[in-house]
Amino acid sequence: MSEFVFLYRGGARDRSPEQMQQVVQKWTTWMKDLEAKGHLKDRGQPLERAGKVVHGKQKTVTDGPFAEAKDVVGGYTLIEATDLSEAVELSKDCPIFEVEGAVEVRPVMKLNM
Amino acid sequence: MEPSDHLFRREAGRMVSALTRIFGVHNLALAEDVVQDAFCRALEVWRMRGVPDNPSAWLMATARNRALDILRRQRTANNFAPELGLVESEWTLAPVIHEILAADAIQDSMLRMMFSCCHPRLSEPAQVALILHILCGFSVDEISSAFTSSHAAIEKRIVRGRKVLSESKRLFDTAVPAEFSDRLPAVQRALYLLFNEGYRGASPETSVRLELCNEAIRLIAILLQHPLGKTPTTYALAALMALTAARLPARTDSSGNLIALFDQDRSLWDRARLNDGTRLLELSASGTELSGYHIEAAMASVHALAQCAEDTDWSAIISLYDSLMRIDPSPIVALNRAIAIAQRDGPDRGLDAVSAISNLDRLAGYPFHPATLGEFELRSGNCGRAREHFQIALARARNPMERHFFQQRLTACDRPNGRLATSELWEPNLEPSQVRDSVEEH
Repeated sequence: MSEFVFLYRGGARDRSPEQMQQVVQKWTTWMKDLEAKGHLKDRGQPLERAGKVVHGKQKTVTDGPFAEAKDVVGGYTLIEATDLSEAVELSKDCPIFEVEGAVEVRPVMKLNM
Repeated sequence: MEPSDHLFRREAGRMVSALTRIFGVHNLALAEDVVQDAFCRALEVWRMRGVPDNPSAWLMATARNRALDILRRQRTANNFAPELGLVESEWTLAPVIHEILAADAIQDSMLRMMFSCCHPRLSEPAQVALILHILCGFSVDEISSAFTSSHAAIEKRIVRGRKVLSESKRLFDTAVPAEFSDRLPAVQRALYLLFNEGYRGASPETSVRLELCNEAIRLIAILLQHPLGKTPTTYALAALMALTAARLPARTDSSGNLIALFDQDRSLWDRARLNDGTRLLELSASGTELSGYHIEAAMASVHALAQCAEDTDWSAIISLYDSLMRIDPSPIVALNRAIAIAQRDGPDRGLDAVSAISNLDRLAGYPFHPATLGEFELRSGNCGRAREHFQIALARARNPMERHFFQQRLTACDRPNGRLATSELWEPNLEPSQVRDSVEEH
């Protein structure tokens, strides 16, 4: 088994309360399903949309990141799968696609030391 | 844990009402933004971490913190609700906000909002749309699909409604008895229309209609908790809603087609709602008030008491229609009375009663007028004449459900001897309300 991180990006916010509730319910079902099948290593955490970015030798602190709303990472989950293609398949049931969001699937590096 | 049905939508109504008391009615949009933010936050957190044990409290706490942030940042509470005008220090701000967001206070805020939405400057359809939007958390799209109206038409009503609301200095004050009693009939009427939109409305979706009925029942329960709100007339309206809604499970078949009162499987009627309705009807009889709602509730109760369609006490129904004609006469009520007469005394007496209706011309364009005549002719065995009437009705049908209904009746006219089994008899409308609205359209 290998580990993968799902990074959740974007997702439209202009939904009616009823639609948002449906989105929550779909996520609950999806997460439960991943868990039942032994793919959920860590549910992960939601992330605030904005924080600070520190950069350069001067360690300049700026507000940010000011990415496009559709690119902002809203949270991550740690997944177990046999390989990248299985992890990608697992991500396809994520309800985020119904609200114009994206999932970035990144393998966690395996260190053979 | 799973959030219960429509939790978000219902919380939206509670939260917007409460926050509007904090920010002032002129800041309705701000209150709505805070609620939307709280929902977005809930979505982002709950999707990862699961739904908390008490989702309502979570949402309300999130909205409260956001509201406090905004108030602190503005530092001029005077820009907000007059009630907050006296709150000058940080020290007193939080307790006041806590108080406004406590459960009892929220009920009261919702009632204030309900009364505010029924502003005399707004048309009745605008009042209903506004209630659905603000108090029930429906989006413009959801309302327009429930009403089968265009998005633009509903949006216009809501924009206008919000404008009228924002211009009033504060939410309606439910503590002033004279003002309360003045506005109460408009509120009752709006809830009645909301209920009817669910019960008889144009949406082909049974679930949508059911939701509208449930919302009306939920809102009238809030009205009944207020000492000035629980008048005999409010009880009568609540009884009418409960007794009528009890029939909802039997009212449509699995494909969403209407089933007439007479063909319904009465074992499907909701016993708990019938009992509730009967109890409310008793409470409605506590004074001297006799409203149209009393009479409609009494009719619904006559139907509820009949074990089967044939057992219906038609004399009681007819005399209730007579009372309704005295209180609130209209050609539609008279038409329904004629149907009850035909039911008791035969189709010929029914036809006589229809021809005796004064100002029948007001029914021009109303499909159930020819449909009623068609029904009487069919039952007398005059298939040819019946067919002509149903064809006119079909041409006047206002939505797919009605169209389907009249087509079925046309098919019935093709039976060889025109004799029909009782179970096929169709009562176009023993329930007067739908109809009063359509008279207004003409």
